[in-house]
Amino acid sequence: MPRQPEGPPPPPVVARVRVRFAKRGRLRFLSHRDVARAFERGLRRAQVPMAYSAGFNPHPRISWVGAAPTGAASEAEYVEFALSAPVEPESLRSALDASLPPGLDVLRVVPAGGAPLAERIDASRWQVRLPGVAEPVLRDAVAELLRRDGVEVERATKDGRRRFDVRPAVILADCRAENDTCAILELVARHTTPAVRPDDVLTALDVVAGLRPSAPPEPTRLEQGRLLEDGTLADPLAPDRNDAGRLVGKSSA
Amino acid sequence: MCRRLARMSGQSLFARLEPLLPRVRRPVQYVGGEGNSIVKPWDAAVVRWALMYPDAYEVGLPNQGLQILYEILNEQPDVLAERTYSVWPDLEALLREHDLPQFTVDAHRAVGDFDLFGVSFSTELGYTNLLTALDLAGIPLHADRRDDTHPLVIAGGHAAFNPEPIAAFVDAVVLGDGEQAVLGISDVVRAWKSEGAPGGRTELLARLARRQLVYVPAFFDVTYRADARIEAVRPNRSDIPARPSKHTLSDLDSWPYPKAPLVPLAETVHERMSVEIFRGCTRGCRFCQAGMITRPVRERNIETIGAMVDAGLRATGFNEVGLLSLSSADHTEIGTIATELADRYENDKVSLSLPSTRVDAFNVTLANEFSRSGRRSGLTFAPEGGSERLRRVINKMVSAEDLVRTVSTAYAHGWRQVKLYFMCGLPTETDEDVLEIADLARQVIRAGRKASGHRDIRATVSIGGFVPKAHTPFQWAAQASPEVIDARLKLLRDTVRADKEIARAVGFRYHDGRPGAIEGLLARGDRRVGTVIERVWREGGRFDGWTEHFSFERWERACAAELEPLGASLDWFTTREREEREVLPWDHLDAGLDRDWLWADWQEALRGVELDDCRWTPCYDCGVCPTMGTDTQIGPTGRSLLPVIGVSAGGPAAGGGPKPVDGSDPSPVGSAAPA
Ligand code: SF4
Repeated sequence: MPRQPEGPPPPPVVARVRVRFAKRGRLRFLSHRDVARAFERGLRRAQVPMAYSAGFNPHPRISWVGAAPTGAASEAEYVEFALSAPVEPESLRSALDASLPPGLDVLRVVPAGGAPLAERIDASRWQVRLPGVAEPVLRDAVAELLRRDGVEVERATKDGRRRFDVRPAVILADCRAENDTCAILELVARHTTPAVRPDDVLTALDVVAGLRPSAPPEPTRLEQGRLLEDGTLADPLAPDRNDAGRLVGKSSA
Repeated sequence: MCRRLARMSGQSLFARLEPLLPRVRRPVQYVGGEGNSIVKPWDAAVVRWALMYPDAYEVGLPNQGLQILYEILNEQPDVLAERTYSVWPDLEALLREHDLPQFTVDAHRAVGDFDLFGVSFSTELGYTNLLTALDLAGIPLHADRRDDTHPLVIAGGHAAFNPEPIAAFVDAVVLGDGEQAVLGISDVVRAWKSEGAPGGRTELLARLARRQLVYVPAFFDVTYRADARIEAVRPNRSDIPARPSKHTLSDLDSWPYPKAPLVPLAETVHERMSVEIFRGCTRGCRFCQAGMITRPVRERNIETIGAMVDAGLRATGFNEVGLLSLSSADHTEIGTIATELADRYENDKVSLSLPSTRVDAFNVTLANEFSRSGRRSGLTFAPEGGSERLRRVINKMVSAEDLVRTVSTAYAHGWRQVKLYFMCGLPTETDEDVLEIADLARQVIRAGRKASGHRDIRATVSIGGFVPKAHTPFQWAAQASPEVIDARLKLLRDTVRADKEIARAVGFRYHDGRPGAIEGLLARGDRRVGTVIERVWREGGRFDGWTEHFSFERWERACAAELEPLGASLDWFTTREREEREVLPWDHLDAGLDRDWLWADWQEALRGVELDDCRWTPCYDCGVCPTMGTDTQIGPTGRSLLPVIGVSAGGPAAGGGPKPVDGSDPSPVGSAAPA
């Protein structure tokens, strides 16, 4: 007879919260696994009453929404926690923020309600700093990219090299100059499969116009959300936000 | 970059480093920012240490020795310590291309800017990585080429108990526990700097040697005989001790470090917090260098351990705690510790582990306590030697009956797998001794099937090649060649495979024996081996502890080129048995062990005579306690864990999570910790 875990089953989920956080500065080099590990430890240090899965190896119930790639900073990462006790969102926010390393910054915590987070996010707005690239050069390359109907690029993934079309994901691409030697690319990209990342767009700019930045580009995700007609993104936490400030758990109990 | 100008600047190099990071594998290992890491203003410190673990970050970060020294030094108001680890070849190439130096991960300062560069060696296979770091730091490889603008390079760690192979590359060596030694060194450096650095680095080294803080290889001359053996090792100054000796920390309860363990952002080899429950071991296993050089046994008491576990968990958010020592089940209060910690954390999803390999039923009881509601996957036992005769030779007294009884208990309590650890190539070993491992495995599988009531039982037999080490009774022994070890293990493997009853139940793990030969060369080598290390490094040798980087051929070639003209060779240093009166390269370094006792114990080994543990039987005069002025410090104290306040009580209190570290609460430590 195989052993069963002793003791009572894990306490039920009484509430869920949604969290927007930023990945900044040198912590942009964290991979998704690194971020997830840091959160698990931060949640323990902050003594957040997490709900756990059952079994011999209980895990805190955390649901991640598509993470920014290693090397990319972000102002708009999202995650959802299941809780076993009611918690006031703002104290959760400040406690968790204080328990995470500087650079993983918790921006907002709201009680979860309505549609799943994943259904409220289908696009990202990116800003990519391109040190060593002059703005007119970037502008020409972007114009060439937008003129095309499709641009195939290749990327090494865990399962070998993969080829895919970048073009359909690019909804908007704008150029600015930070100064004479540094251009800024602003992108709105639809979340396709595979997800088109800023480095894929840069590969596409190389394919269509031979653009090769001499220094590594610095991408930052500024927003995620549902893509609206005018090319802006709807805040995925807006529908939940009216509930903010209430004691999470009490209301849904 | 002009190194001389940059020195003493302590400026952050991060802005220049950052553009390189997207181009290397796992850049997160170079960014620092770990939980509980410390960055101090450069100008606020008088004495500045760069501390290195000379292996990849994922291995080096969890190292307890380095974490302990880092915290102790940074607690001093005018001392600053930062950490650095080996960079992988991809970043090494970029650093060279962009003229950037070896840097610390804390504030990304150049290692060459610091006053002291302390390197902790757990294994000899890190020596080539030392050379990479020195070279990248702009520090001349040879100590005699350095001037007052360069940091003092200080080695420590278990491997430094025979530092002769790296004598040319280091300025000084700390033997033994590093806690008090680094504070003493800081005091001497502080005073010397405040006097305006009189006499330059030679005077500084002389002061450190006179205060018995360090061994300075340059203050000793080695002469050789015509047959290549050492004639004598003599000090070349009269104002220093002729026999530098090891440091021994007494009263571990007063040194509960690390209080706030580092929490890495990158994934590392040990994703847990460690608390060192005692240091030293007097079981007297004759092959075990750690047991010999860390004597006597000094326990932390149950209260300190409980407080360290509690404070460490609060400070880190880890959910796994390892209770470390050389033989954790031997702690005099381990039963109470296990039960009370298991009670305390039962509902907290904190898992506890005890890396103990003792073959007895009590050990299984402890493991059961620690896995009350967790999975019972595997338990490891270490009989070390295949035959009873061989186990008497190595003084690891475990009978086949003990082993069968122990594994039966384990399988009966729901453990699914047992791992058995053995060594091959032990002194006096024959093919028959090794083949007895197959018999043991058969008995274990049979016992497991009987105790569990089903056939699906697995055991793993894991085998390591034996490497004789300095300051042990086997320091005179001939090391078995990789060919001998490989042949014996092939025989064993074939025997197990041919045995239908167990062939599929026994897994077999054995690593290539050739790195062991090089480890043996470096472990018992003398100063002439330094040229071999340097040649290997110049020909590209890096990360020798990693199979994919280690090249036996490169080491063989370098040995042939550097040693054979001197009448020595790789074999001469490894497979040659030494005579009683031969001067060993480390004889002038005092680990406290009486040389005559070591020799007598070696002779007893050859006769197969065992020796009891001096914790439970009278002292057998190994020499350590009187020489070092220390005593065995053990319980039981009869105390219990002190209650802790509010573990996981309630949710996040309004107003921030528990902030780590105020320095007043004791917290975790791990394995023994020389500089
Ligand atoms: S001197 Fe005696 S008591 Fe001390 S460690 Fe050696 S044998 Fe044990």
